[in-house]
Amino acid sequence: MAIIERPIATPALARAGGITTPVGPKQALGVFRRPVSSNGWRSWFFTVDHKQLGIMYGVVSLTFFVVGGLEALLIRLQLAQPNGKILSADLYNQMFTMHATTMIFLFVMPMAAAFANYLVPLQIGARDVAFPRLNAFGFWCFLAGGVFLNTSWVFGGAAQGGWFMYAPNSSRLFSPGHGVDFWAFGLQVTGIASLTGAINLIVTILNMRAPGMKMMKMPIFTWMVLITQFLLLFAIPVITVALFLLSFQRTFGATFFDVRAGADPLLWQHLFWIFGHPEVYILVLPSFGIVSEVLPVFARKPLFGYPLVVFSGAAIGFVGWGVWAHHMFASGLGPVSVAVFSFSTMAIAIPTGVKIINWLMTLWGGKLRFTTAMLFATGLIFEFTIGGLSGVTHAVAPSDTQQTDTYYIVAHFHYVLFGGAVFGLFAGFYYWWPKAFGTMLNETLGKINFWLMVIGMNLTFGPMHILGLQGQPRRMYRYDTSRVGSGFFNLTFWNLVATIGSFILAVGVLFFIINIFYTYKRRQLAKAPLDPWDARSVEWMTSSPPKAHNFDVIPTITNLDEFFHRKYAADAETGELRPVATAEELMAIQEANADKNIHLPGPSYWPIILAIGLPIIGYGIIFSHILIAIGATVIFFAIFGWSMEPSVPDPSDYDPPSGNDGGGTKELATVG
Amino acid sequence: MADVTLPLADVGHDAHDTHVADHSADHGGAHATSLGLSNNKLGMWLFLGSECLLFGGLISVYMLYRGRLGNGPTPEQVYNVPFTSVSSFVLLMSSLTMVLAVTAAARKDLKALDTWLAVTALLGATFVGGQVFEFTEFYKHGLGFTTSLFGSSFYTLTGFHGVHVTVGIIMLMAVRRMIKKERVPGDKAEVVEIVGLYWHFVDIIWIVIFTLVYLIPA
Amino acid sequence: MSIATDAHDTASHDDGTVQTEHVGGEFDHAHKADIYYVKIAIFLAVLTGMEVGLKYIDIGALFLPVLFILMAIKFVTVVLFFMHLRFDSKWFNMAFWLGLGLAVLVYSGALATFKFWSR
Repeated sequence: MAIIERPIATPALARAGGITTPVGPKQALGVFRRPVSSNGWRSWFFTVDHKQLGIMYGVVSLTFFVVGGLEALLIRLQLAQPNGKILSADLYNQMFTMHATTMIFLFVMPMAAAFANYLVPLQIGARDVAFPRLNAFGFWCFLAGGVFLNTSWVFGGAAQGGWFMYAPNSSRLFSPGHGVDFWAFGLQVTGIASLTGAINLIVTILNMRAPGMKMMKMPIFTWMVLITQFLLLFAIPVITVALFLLSFQRTFGATFFDVRAGADPLLWQHLFWIFGHPEVYILVLPSFGIVSEVLPVFARKPLFGYPLVVFSGAAIGFVGWGVWAHHMFASGLGPVSVAVFSFSTMAIAIPTGVKIINWLMTLWGGKLRFTTAMLFATGLIFEFTIGGLSGVTHAVAPSDTQQTDTYYIVAHFHYVLFGGAVFGLFAGFYYWWPKAFGTMLNETLGKINFWLMVIGMNLTFGPMHILGLQGQPRRMYRYDTSRVGSGFFNLTFWNLVATIGSFILAVGVLFFIINIFYTYKRRQLAKAPLDPWDARSVEWMTSSPPKAHNFDVIPTITNLDEFFHRKYAADAETGELRPVATAEELMAIQEANADKNIHLPGPSYWPIILAIGLPIIGYGIIFSHILIAIGATVIFFAIFGWSMEPSVPDPSDYDPPSGNDGGGTKELATVG
Repeated sequence: MADVTLPLADVGHDAHDTHVADHSADHGGAHATSLGLSNNKLGMWLFLGSECLLFGGLISVYMLYRGRLGNGPTPEQVYNVPFTSVSSFVLLMSSLTMVLAVTAAARKDLKALDTWLAVTALLGATFVGGQVFEFTEFYKHGLGFTTSLFGSSFYTLTGFHGVHVTVGIIMLMAVRRMIKKERVPGDKAEVVEIVGLYWHFVDIIWIVIFTLVYLIPA
Repeated sequence: MSIATDAHDTASHDDGTVQTEHVGGEFDHAHKADIYYVKIAIFLAVLTGMEVGLKYIDIGALFLPVLFILMAIKFVTVVLFFMHLRFDSKWFNMAFWLGLGLAVLVYSGALATFKFWSR
């Protein structure tokens, strides 16, 4: 990977890789040299390469997915039978709070960031993101925040107020432990990751497209990422305000949400949901983008109504700002507010419906190939539509008042988030795995994975509709035999079904993990061809996994689905498409015309150091003020080092251009 | 594969592999970006767009809570409008000196640039000093951070703003020093301009705060 | 199976790259004389004086609207001229005004549910 400084005497050595001795950097911070490792752990810790960071985002968020999944299983075990004894009431509260927080902030969001980081530069024909060091900083912030949040388990218990942490329950009086403090500061840190990531990806997408790639020629996934990042850009500061108010209340004794002091606890709900509703689209839009990439490839048709999919995505993003109070219908907003937000909520179903129609029309008349990726994509259409329909029932305020805080809500959002966001991510895993790792995930295991997950999720979340309409409260930690009722709709039976379903679901996810290891073991046999799916967009127009500099030559874009149009051309007479080139031939042309002297951004120590400073401050706020000083010192030092380290290494730090022998340097492309 | 249906207008392009220019040529200054805009500047504007929602939230909290006084003093009892007017004026003028620094940087007048950056930082420091003085006075008049919702939301809002000004001062001084030491890679004028954008943003937020917080009676 | 590798029409690619943006316009403000900015600053100072003055003169129901208008003029003047957004790319405009617009929209909506505006 990217080495930027090397023994000047023997440049050939550096090209062989593995040089770890730093040699005379012209421009580093006086005493500190840039890291130079091209392999080993250092190459991961100090990397600024968007592909490595994408993989790191993926690995860490998959780990959190497992953690959140285990928490969910404990919840389901507790509820499997009346009078569950697995968890105490307090531990149960911690479990569902951390399950939701982990799945939302530490799995779906960063997993979407993993895809965005890895794929966006490849899809737009760039060599890296606009701010590579900021990108690394975002990843380390996410990791630091996630680990910080989860260490609350060992420091006296996690937060227990639900993922929206309503006031006044979040106050010291009702939540005396440190859980809420951990929660508030941990999310603050992951928020920094999201905000820097948003700025970075927006600038990358707007500003670093390959020549000829106009906005309406961008791959649809890139479009959805762009919209998502705009949502993050404007939603994160709102939760930042809310979390600061909460922290000030708990740490300094302010009374922002304390009714006794005359405050409105509803203020928290407003701030939280102004963030929280765009957040819902932040979770699901990247998956919509993935599905919109996968469906055309496996239907062998272009995406139906590309502009409509783009604009409906933008419309969802925009209208998503005007619906937050539908989470608060039961809080006594008053008839006018309820009517307004009820109306806007119904309106947002329109662009969502447009998308579903577009996907169905893409499938219509296509030559469908049901690979695992395609199964997950069609699974998303099916399951998300169910979730969308139950969502419309929430938009109707009178019906919502009946459903609020019951399992019906739990059923709804698991259909949209698991059936929507997670299925999309899994479609993405199977579709882009060969791109990122050069190996094909096993299709048989993949299909087992898919069917177990579909059966599991419907068995888990389907019965929750019934449980909810029977009145089972959302956060009830156990129920009593005298209250379960009788007959077909008795709570015990459907709770048991849900629990069994959740274990089937877990086995399904386990098959995915098995598949990863199985594929890794057989990586020599499972080598992916250059273009395994007959894909359409330019990320497939380079080797798999891509070289450090992504493209030997930056492609010039003339079409939406550029890669497809390089492989196929219309017959002059019949107008029918026929193959004109294979991916291998296109790759050979690239390699023959490869750019010389590609300069990649230099690795840096500062992103990780800066990110480590943040949780130290967090522990300091909670336990000891000395730690705040230590953390602040680390941060100050890191910012100083960061700003003194030139974003672009000195030209003399790269190999000199060597021109004719084809041995040009491939170490770096300066960006930004 | 042959019967894939596509609108005819979409097909029939030849594939080209164009040899792109050597990217190492664009180190400083010139940006070969899709929009022809600087990445850094676009990043800063996006950040400022995001900051609108941060301060919007803090201002809304203050507006909601400014009349909730508990047993504490009222705004009229603590505010010293003439004093704050003067410090607002100081911050406003620092925006002027910032602009002058930017124009000096654009015409490569390093001496004037140095002076204006220093003056801007000094004016900013005067403002922060005024704020510290003001907070101390308020505290003496019985308005602590936890005295009332008015107090909490007032200190939170103006405190956040003060922190932003302080960060701006540090940025100004750092840029000034880095330019002196020739440590700024690429376009110096652009770096000054970007710091300037941040500085002006802090100023416009204060324009809003000054009017909404100090001039409107609770 | 042949691919044309001739690199004609590179010029048209460049057109696609730089999308209708006036690249040179970015530093227009640099050509403006310092006195131009001093004049704007004086204008802003006068407005601030008027604002503070309003606090001490009684103009009845007009007080709040006039104060708001003065505040908005000051705000927009700094943004358009000192931050030279008026002369800058539409993308910068979009980033900033979109953020500001959303902020005004959602927060005044939230305050509305507290019956803030009718109190």
